[in-house]
Amino acid sequence: MSTNKKNWPLWEIFIRSKQGLNHKHVGSLHAADAQMAMENARDVYTRRMEGVSIWVVESKNIHASSPGDAEAFYEPANDKAYRHPTFYELPEGVKHI
Amino acid sequence: MNLYNYILQQADNTLILGQRLSEWCGHGPVLEQDIALTNIALDLIGQARSLYQYATEIEGKGRTEDDLAFLRDVWDFKNIQLVEQANGHFGTTLVRQFFFDVFNFHFYRALQNSKDETLAAIAVKSLKEVTYHHRYSSEWIIRLGDGTEESHQKVQGAVNDLWMFTGELFVPSTADQAMLEAGIGVDLEKIKQLWMEKVTAVFQEATIRKPEDTWMQKGGKEGKHTEHLGFILADMQFLQRAYPGAKW
Repeated sequence: MSTNKKNWPLWEIFIRSKQGLNHKHVGSLHAADAQMAMENARDVYTRRMEGVSIWVVESKNIHASSPGDAEAFYEPANDKAYRHPTFYELPEGVKHI
Repeated sequence: MNLYNYILQQADNTLILGQRLSEWCGHGPVLEQDIALTNIALDLIGQARSLYQYATEIEGKGRTEDDLAFLRDVWDFKNIQLVEQANGHFGTTLVRQFFFDVFNFHFYRALQNSKDETLAAIAVKSLKEVTYHHRYSSEWIIRLGDGTEESHQKVQGAVNDLWMFTGELFVPSTADQAMLEAGIGVDLEKIKQLWMEKVTAVFQEATIRKPEDTWMQKGGKEGKHTEHLGFILADMQFLQRAYPGAKW
C-alpha cells in the first residue's frame, strides 16, 4: 500500500441490510469523490451480501458530541425512570412495543 | 467440437484475466482498489468455472473443470492474447480491463439469446457482474485519462501499447463461425460496432487519443500465444503439476 502525503478524503459508510431496516454505520474508507466512495463501499462492504442500499457521507461533514459534555448531556436522564413508558397497562394483544 | 471450443475460448479468457488480476492481491495502490480488483478477479474465475463445467459435460470424457484449468498446456489455451498481457502499472491493468470488459459486456448481452440454454443462463448470471466491471473500468479510464498530466500520459501509453491486441476480439475462429451459424454464438461483427462506439465515447471523455489503424496481433483462439502465457500457467498450474491430484 502506498503512503501518499495527499490522501483521498475519508468517507463514512452506511448500509441498509434489508428493506425496511435503517441504514447502519459499517465503517469508513478513502475515495476521491462521492461516486468513487459509493463504488468502493460496494466493493469493500457489500461483497458478502450485506446490503441493499448504501449511503456515503464525507467524514468531515459529521459533527460529533464531545466526551467532555457527557455529564451535562446524559447524566440528568439517569434518575428519570418515569420517562420510560413502563407505567402503562398494555391492552391484551398489543405487540411490538 | 465447435461448441466445446467455443465455450473454451470464453472460459480461457475469463480464467487467464482472473489469474492476472489476482496478482494484484495485496499490491493494489490503495486498499479499496486492491479489494475491487480481486473482486473482479473472483467474478471472472467464477465465470470460468461455470463454462469449464459445461465444457466437460459437452466433451463427455469424464474430465473435470480442474483438469481443463490445470492440466492443459499453452497451445491448448484459446484465450485472446489481450488477457495474458502483463499487469504493468495500475493504468495498464485498467486499460486491459476496459478493453475486455466492454467486449465481455456486449458478448454476454448477445449470448443471453443463445439457442443453447446453458450458455444463455450463464450469460444472464455473468452479465450482472460484468455490468459492474464495465462501469468500474470505464470510470477509471476517464478519471486517469482526464486526471493529471502524469496519469494521462500513463493511460495514453497503455492504450497505445495494448491497442494491437484488440483486433483479435472480433476475428472469428472456426468455432465462432460455426456457432454463429447454429444460432448459439454471437455475431462478432455487431459486437465490434458496439465496442467501438463505447470505447470512442469513453476515450473522448477521458481526452485519450484513439490509436491509428495498425498491425493487429491474433492467433490466441488457435493456441498461438505471447511469451506471457507460459509464465502465467507455470505459476497457476505449479501445484497440480508437482503434486498431481493434490486437494485441500
